Amino acid sequence: MGGITNNAMIIRRELMTRIARLLMQGKLEEQVDRIPLELRPKGSTDISRCCIYKDRAVLKYKIMAMLGFHIQDEEDELTPLAEYVRQAFRRTEVSDEPLTVVDAACSACVKANYVITNMCRGCVARPCLVNCPKNAIRFEGGQAKIDSSKCVNCGMCQKNCPFHAVVYVPVPCEESCPVGAISKDEKGIEHIDYDKCIYCGKCLVACPFGAVMEKSHMMEIFRAFREKRQVVALVAPAIAGQFRTPLENIVGAILQLGFHDVVEVARGADVTTANEAAEFEEKMKAGQPFMTTSCCPSYTASVRKHIPELEPFVSHTRTPMYYTAEMTRKKYPDAVLVFIGPCLAKRFETFQDPNTDYMLSFEEIGAMFVAAGIDVAQSKPADVGAGIDPSGRGYPVAGGVAGAVGKKLAGRVDYRSVAFDGIDKARIRELKGLVRSCSGNMVEVMACEGGCVNGCDVIANYKVASRQIGELVKK
Amino acid sequence: MENKLSVKVCTGTLCYVMGGAELQLLESYLPAEIAARVDIKGAPCLDCCNRTDAGKAPFVQVGDRIVAEASLFKVAEVIKEMLKAEGKWAE
Ligand code: FES
Repeated sequence: MGGITNNAMIIRRELMTRIARLLMQGKLEEQVDRIPLELRPKGSTDISRCCIYKDRAVLKYKIMAMLGFHIQDEEDELTPLAEYVRQAFRRTEVSDEPLTVVDAACSACVKANYVITNMCRGCVARPCLVNCPKNAIRFEGGQAKIDSSKCVNCGMCQKNCPFHAVVYVPVPCEESCPVGAISKDEKGIEHIDYDKCIYCGKCLVACPFGAVMEKSHMMEIFRAFREKRQVVALVAPAIAGQFRTPLENIVGAILQLGFHDVVEVARGADVTTANEAAEFEEKMKAGQPFMTTSCCPSYTASVRKHIPELEPFVSHTRTPMYYTAEMTRKKYPDAVLVFIGPCLAKRFETFQDPNTDYMLSFEEIGAMFVAAGIDVAQSKPADVGAGIDPSGRGYPVAGGVAGAVGKKLAGRVDYRSVAFDGIDKARIRELKGLVRSCSGNMVEVMACEGGCVNGCDVIANYKVASRQIGELVKK
Repeated sequence: MENKLSVKVCTGTLCYVMGGAELQLLESYLPAEIAARVDIKGAPCLDCCNRTDAGKAPFVQVGDRIVAEASLFKVAEVIKEMLKAEGKWAE
């Protein structure tokens, strides 16, 4: 999901890097308002929208999201970014709504999905008009037009047009959302319904305008650095595939950024594996037909909000992040614990986790490396992972969790695993069907195709990352 | 090996983060007859990111030419062009 290079992604990473650099230099408040001007200087021909001013405005709001704000919280358009920097440094809580929509960037998409093109001949038969159940079609200048306030996107006009003059224009974010959680308001701006949202991050990747943004915790983390607190990183196992370097160098680079210690979440994965295997054995003995994994927070949110009938089958074992944070908290009672991970779903999980304080995405940590001028390959390799089972490092690749549990069970019980990776609209229906019939007795579900290595915030292409992680697991 | 056109894909952190990660797929992206004529390697920071005149990351070096803002498509085009110029390949 995250790995497809496009300009919206590059702009986001450039902004992150600039913010991180200014934070490191202690000049963010002083210079943040210059960033949009620097990226879109006077006379710039590198314009994405109607004009330079709109581009700058959009950049400003994207920065606001990176400072951790909800765009709709803006009260006065003249409030400079410097003021948000000051507020962010005073802020004591992060919100549990991890996304915000940059309204200035949104609204470019059509309201009705069906559009009548110039191919319309304004024929006599007019089957579009006759068959429209909502009376949404009128004729103007000899051509059909759709009234978007009446259109319900049924597609009858397209089906009936003899000239194929009607085209379907998708709204990418809405189309990508597996659960219908994002939709337009009367002004054409997308809103996220958190009663439905499963934090899969698909809208964030799908929007070609980069209008859906994660609210970053970067400010909180730099504040902790500034206050000389102990900041400890918990790194998701997927990180091993994010740079073309051994894990030892990645850990070394994170330490170089100023983190006090780096703990591999693969350590917690070992606990998850053991507990999951024990729970599985118990449940099978009790006659339950199947059990599903629980380590993907996007999947568990899907069950909670959309597939309640599956809830009794979801394992009660906690995620690797949970166990890792629990162990780390014991060792560092006063430290700030920062989870470094691949996706929005994990950002949501950090809100709920009793021990983890903040989250940095792979994209953000990558931007921090760039800002600090750190080349990961050149960093001093750090010791990693004494006593971690290699199978724990395989969690982020589809099949990894089921594989680790299977290995743990070592043939003691009948174990037939099935893996579902990638949640979309059809998959939600399939998951609903599991309750009636399931072909295996252990179901692994991950919201992203290919597993966590394909989360919405990854840097590397997931095939490359999977290969790298595969090598690590073999060791 | 000697006759092959050398392609160095920067795997330095800056390039990697700014979209270079995707270029790891170059080998499988190229048509087989072209892939056979090039020698693709990952390279540590090509030191273009520190220069002001080199353009924007990610960088790839094809022969002696630096490709800035490299994408799979752009790199493939440069490779074809250079192979053609060297008379090693014709469309
Ligand atoms: S990181 Fe690619 S040229 Fe320096």
